[in-house]
Amino acid sequence: MTASHEDERPLLRVRGLTVAFPTAAGATEVVKSLDFDLARGGALGIVGESGSGKSMTSLAIMGLLPKGAERTGSIEFDGAELTALKEREMQAVRGDRIAMVFQDPLSSLNPYYTVGTQIAEAYRSHRTGVTRRQARRVAIEAMERVHIRDAARRVDHYPHQFSGGMRQRVMIAMTLSMEPDLIIADEPTTALDVTVQAQILDLLAEIRRDTGAGLILITHDLAVVSEVADHLVVMREGDLVEQGTAERVFCDPREPYTRMLLDAVPRIDDEIGLLKTTTAEEDR
Amino acid sequence: MIRVLVNRLLGMAVVLFLVCAFTYVIFFVLSPDPAVQICGKNCTPEAIDQIRANLGLDQPFWTQFWTFLGGLFAGRTYGTGANAIECVAPCLGYSFQSSQPVTDMILQRLPVSVTVAVGAAVLWLLAGVSAGLVSAVREGRFADRFIAGLTLTGMSVPNYVLALSLQFLLVVTLGWLPFPQAVAFGDDPGQWFANFLMPWIVLSIGAAAVYTRLTRANVIETLQENYVRTARAKGLSPGLVWRRHALRPALTPIVTIFGMDFAGLLGGALITETVFGLNGVGKLAADSITKNDQPVIMGVTLLAAFLVVVGNMVVDLLYTAIDPRVRVGSSA
Repeated sequence: MTASHEDERPLLRVRGLTVAFPTAAGATEVVKSLDFDLARGGALGIVGESGSGKSMTSLAIMGLLPKGAERTGSIEFDGAELTALKEREMQAVRGDRIAMVFQDPLSSLNPYYTVGTQIAEAYRSHRTGVTRRQARRVAIEAMERVHIRDAARRVDHYPHQFSGGMRQRVMIAMTLSMEPDLIIADEPTTALDVTVQAQILDLLAEIRRDTGAGLILITHDLAVVSEVADHLVVMREGDLVEQGTAERVFCDPREPYTRMLLDAVPRIDDEIGLLKTTTAEEDR
Repeated sequence: MIRVLVNRLLGMAVVLFLVCAFTYVIFFVLSPDPAVQICGKNCTPEAIDQIRANLGLDQPFWTQFWTFLGGLFAGRTYGTGANAIECVAPCLGYSFQSSQPVTDMILQRLPVSVTVAVGAAVLWLLAGVSAGLVSAVREGRFADRFIAGLTLTGMSVPNYVLALSLQFLLVVTLGWLPFPQAVAFGDDPGQWFANFLMPWIVLSIGAAAVYTRLTRANVIETLQENYVRTARAKGLSPGLVWRRHALRPALTPIVTIFGMDFAGLLGGALITETVFGLNGVGKLAADSITKNDQPVIMGVTLLAAFLVVVGNMVVDLLYTAIDPRVRVGSSA
């Protein structure tokens, strides 16, 4: 949004990011001194098993770590140091400039409010002087952009009236209404079945193309990340194992752990016919 | 929505019918012969037969029960000819002791019980929900532990102990409250308020303790919901996250239990009314039990059952209005 041509600074620059939980036996570090950059409009995949610290990394960027967690290091977003911001200033960044899509769209939406209300409330709280009508208009437009049919009617429906994939579209619409510079998607397709996964990934790619927003995709699924990300960070137990362009990491992994991860999934450079069979079998 | 309502009303009718049947069996079939009690000491077999005929006790059980039900809805006539007494609907019969219509006796005392119940309900809702919220916000800190201690005490102390201690402390020892006197609100509002203050406090303490715990648990649980995290990720202010995303889901279950508790209390607070000498439905029940005044006991029982069933239905309907998952079926 604010990027100019001569501006070569990355959108997001993370240096020495550490997240620790104090325990009786001393602090346990769940993210250990992480360094990575995200270019403007770039798509970064953070990959790792459960417990590798990838979700904590995203929550650290958002300033939404659970109670008791300690965050150290530097998170520079569009030239501003996020770790130095006060909570109130961080609220202005959240949702407006950095938006987040969570894993389980049903539990991530409040069952008591219509999806329209939930899409519009972020817009209303970040923009002053917005009428209810305008906010509703924004909600409908956002729902249309994520290809929810009949958005003008569906805007008044409750989350439980949508299917899993549609709910995740609603979550994405929620981030879109604010035109953020960075979207963090934490396992956005994990709770969905495979055909719907593909649609949501296409949608994320489309949005990135259309809005120029940067994307951080957090996943344990290498197949997912291979479709979207142009840059990869591989994490294990809080450590950064390897990073590089997606092509380089996929074709020429330098670390044994990365190779192991890649071997554990159907290879993307296998014959297409073979890959399809295996994926289909996994479905059933 | 209309189908839900009709279903609920039908269910309610069935429950009330069963309650009527059970209480009727207990009070008129399994209890000692009412005619003997009414007749008193100087009684002849002829007089007993006359009373039985007047009350319809000489009829078969089903006829009696049917007449009783009919009396509830359309009124009934006791006796025949010049001695006939008309009992208008809802007829619950006549007291064996005072010969007054039971319906009138209950209606006379209902305002006192309603005043007791409403005041106590307001107190325990305010105290319980706010203490629960404070506890949830200060989870694990001093205020939370202090409130936890209070709730434990509040739940453990029996009503009559609390009632008598309060009376002794506030009226006798400290003299902060005047000695209770029966007055109408219009005549002496101060005395009236003082009369009801202690019953309100006594009745609200136990419930307030339960509501505190419930509110605390619900709020803490709701704050861990994923949608609260989503609300924060949207950049909403903490106040807005609280009000809109935490409070409403957390307080919805309170509505359910409140409806039940309140309805139960409307039917009379037996112990509290007796201790404080309040002439409410609860005291009427207690007095009738000691005098074995069966029609009155039965009338009070039916009223309590009716209130609980109606309260339950109101809660269900409210819940439908509050929770969209109940109100709107899934369409996808």
